[in-house]
Amino acid sequence: MSWLLVLPVALPFAAAIAAFLLRERTAGRWVSILGSAALLVVSGLLMVEVLAHDVVAAQMGGWPAPFGITLVADRLSAVMVLITAVVALAVSVYALADIEERLERLGYHALFQVLIAGVNGAFVTGDLFNLYVWFEVMLIASFGLLVLGGSREQIDGGVKYVALNLIATILFLTGIGLLYGTTGTLNMADLSRAVEDVHPGLLTAIAMLFLIAFGMKAAVFPLFFWLPAAYHTPAFSVSAVFAGLLTKVGVYALLRCFTLIFDHDVGYTHEILLWVAGLTMVTGVLGAAAQTDIRRILSFHIVSQIGYMVLGLALYTPLALVGAVFYLVHHIVVKANLFLVAGAVQRLAGGTELTRIGGLYRSAPLLAALFLVPAFSLAGFPPLSGFWAKFVLVRAALEDGGWVIAAAALLVGLMTIYSMTKIWAAAFWAPHPDGREPALSTLTPLQRRGFLLPIAGLAALTLVIGLAPEPFVTFAEDAAAGLLDPSAYVAAVLGEAPVALSALEGTR
Amino acid sequence: METLLALCVGLLVACAVYLMLAGRLLRYIFGLVILSNAANLAIFLAGRLTVGAPALIAEGEDAPAAGIANALPQALVLTAIVIGFGLFAFTLVLAFRAFSQLGTLDGDAMRVAEPERPAKPAREARA
Repeated sequence: MSWLLVLPVALPFAAAIAAFLLRERTAGRWVSILGSAALLVVSGLLMVEVLAHDVVAAQMGGWPAPFGITLVADRLSAVMVLITAVVALAVSVYALADIEERLERLGYHALFQVLIAGVNGAFVTGDLFNLYVWFEVMLIASFGLLVLGGSREQIDGGVKYVALNLIATILFLTGIGLLYGTTGTLNMADLSRAVEDVHPGLLTAIAMLFLIAFGMKAAVFPLFFWLPAAYHTPAFSVSAVFAGLLTKVGVYALLRCFTLIFDHDVGYTHEILLWVAGLTMVTGVLGAAAQTDIRRILSFHIVSQIGYMVLGLALYTPLALVGAVFYLVHHIVVKANLFLVAGAVQRLAGGTELTRIGGLYRSAPLLAALFLVPAFSLAGFPPLSGFWAKFVLVRAALEDGGWVIAAAALLVGLMTIYSMTKIWAAAFWAPHPDGREPALSTLTPLQRRGFLLPIAGLAALTLVIGLAPEPFVTFAEDAAAGLLDPSAYVAAVLGEAPVALSALEGTR
Repeated sequence: METLLALCVGLLVACAVYLMLAGRLLRYIFGLVILSNAANLAIFLAGRLTVGAPALIAEGEDAPAAGIANALPQALVLTAIVIGFGLFAFTLVLAFRAFSQLGTLDGDAMRVAEPERPAKPAREARA
C-alpha cells in the first residue's frame, strides 16, 4: 500500500514538471487542475485505507524503521492531505480566472504544485529531518509564489516573509540536531519512546526550540509579524492557498510533535502553549479591527484563528484535541474561501480597500450570499462549521476549569463578527463611492465560472460540515484519540517487534 | 575538541544575532548565513568528532567498531548546507530586487506593503 502514501507527494511533483514544460501555453493551467483532481482521488483512497486500518505506514527504499525514512498516515495526516487536495483543486480552478498569462509564463502553476507537494510531504512524513526537508520545499515554493510578478508591495512583503521564516527554519534544524544528539534517532515514532531516557530539563529546552520554530510557521503570538506583512501582497490565488494551508502545516507539526514526542512535562510546555493561544487570539483579532483592507483584515484573522487551534492542543484533554482537529479542517476550508471571495470582490469592485468599494449586494447578490457562508462560519454562527468548532473548544476549556480562556475565546468570536460585518457593510451593503455597478456579468464566462465554482464548492463544504457535524466530530474524536495514545502509530511505523536501537550502540 | 567547537557555535550565534539586529537587510542576510552555519556545526557535533576512524563495518560484523563518528549527522549537515545555499542565493537576489525597487535596504524604511497612515498613527505590527 506504499504507493498511496507516495502519490500525494509524487503526483503534484509530476504535475509541476508538466506544468513547467507547458508554461508558455494555456495547457499548463489544465495540467494543474488535472493534477489537483487526481490528487483529490488519491487522497480520498488514502483516507479510505486509513479508516480501515487506523494507521498506514510505508518504509521508503525498503529500509526498516527507524533507519530509513518512513511515510505514515494516521487519521490526522489523512484528513490534512484530503483537505489539502480540496483546497488545491479549488484554487487551481480559481486560477483560471485570477492568474494572468504573465504569471503563468513565469511558472505559477509549477510553483503552486510544488507547494502542494511540500505541504503533503510534511503531512505524511514520519521522520523529523524529512519534515524539515518538506518544510523547505514548501518554503522555497512559497517564496517564489509570493514575489511572482515582482511588484513593489510583493518585494517588500517578501523580504519580511523570507527573513523571518528562515530564522524559524534554522531553529528547527538546531532542534533536530540536538534531539538527534541526545536520542540517536530521527524517526518520530521511535523518538516518542527514545525521549523517555532523556533528562526532562534538556528535553524541555529542545521542546522550546521546536515550539518557537513551529510557532513561527504557525504564526502565533509573538512570532506572527511576517504574516500580516506579506499575505495581502501576492495574487489572490496565492493568498488563498497560503491562508488555507501554510500556517496550518505549522499547527499540524505542533500537534504532532507535542503529542507524540514532547509530552513529558505537559504542565510546563502546554501551559506556555495556553498563554500563547490566548494572546494569539486576542492580538490577531485586535489587529484585524484596525485594518480597512479586506485582505489585511483576513490576514490578521488567520492569526487569531490559529490561537483557537493552539488552544485545543494546550488544554490537552481528549475533547480539546477533538476541537483542535475539527477547527483545523473547518478553518482551512473557510479561510481559503474568504480569500477567494476577496479576489472576486477585487475584480468586480476594483479594489479591496473598504473605503473605496461597495455596492456588491445589489449588483452581485450571488457573491454576497456566498460571502456570508464562510464569513459567518469564521465568526462561529450556528449552524455553520465554525460554531461547532468553537463550541467544542469552549466546552473543553470550561470542563478543564479555564474560565478566562473560554471567555477570551468567546470575546474573540464576537470581535470576529465585528470584522465580518465591517466587510459586509462596506463592500456589499453600502453603495460604491464612485457609483460603479460591479456585476458578475462583466466577466467572461470562463472567468465567471472560475470565480464562482470554487467559492460555491467550498461554501457547500462548509454548509455540509455545519449541518451534519456528527460524522466529522466522530472522525475528529478518533483522530484525537490516536494523538493522545500513539501506540497504534508507533506500532504501525516500527512494526510489532521493532528493531532495538541497541543494535546501533557502537555508533552512538 | 567538542568544547572548543561548542564555544565556536556560541560565538557564531552571537555574531549572527549582532548582525541581524543591525536593521539593515544585507547585514541581516549575512547574519542568517552565519546562524545557519552555527546550526550546521551543532548538528555536526552531535555525531561525535574522531580522527582517522573510518565509519566502516568490518567483514562478518553487523555493527561498526566502537569509537567512530556517526556518519548520519554529516549526511544531514550536507543536506542542510545544500538547502541553505539555495535559500541564501534566493535571499540575495531578493535583497537586490528590494534595493533596486524600493531604493533602500533599511528595514525601518520598508513600508510599501504596510504604509504608515499619517492621519491615524501606525497601528499595524512592524514586521
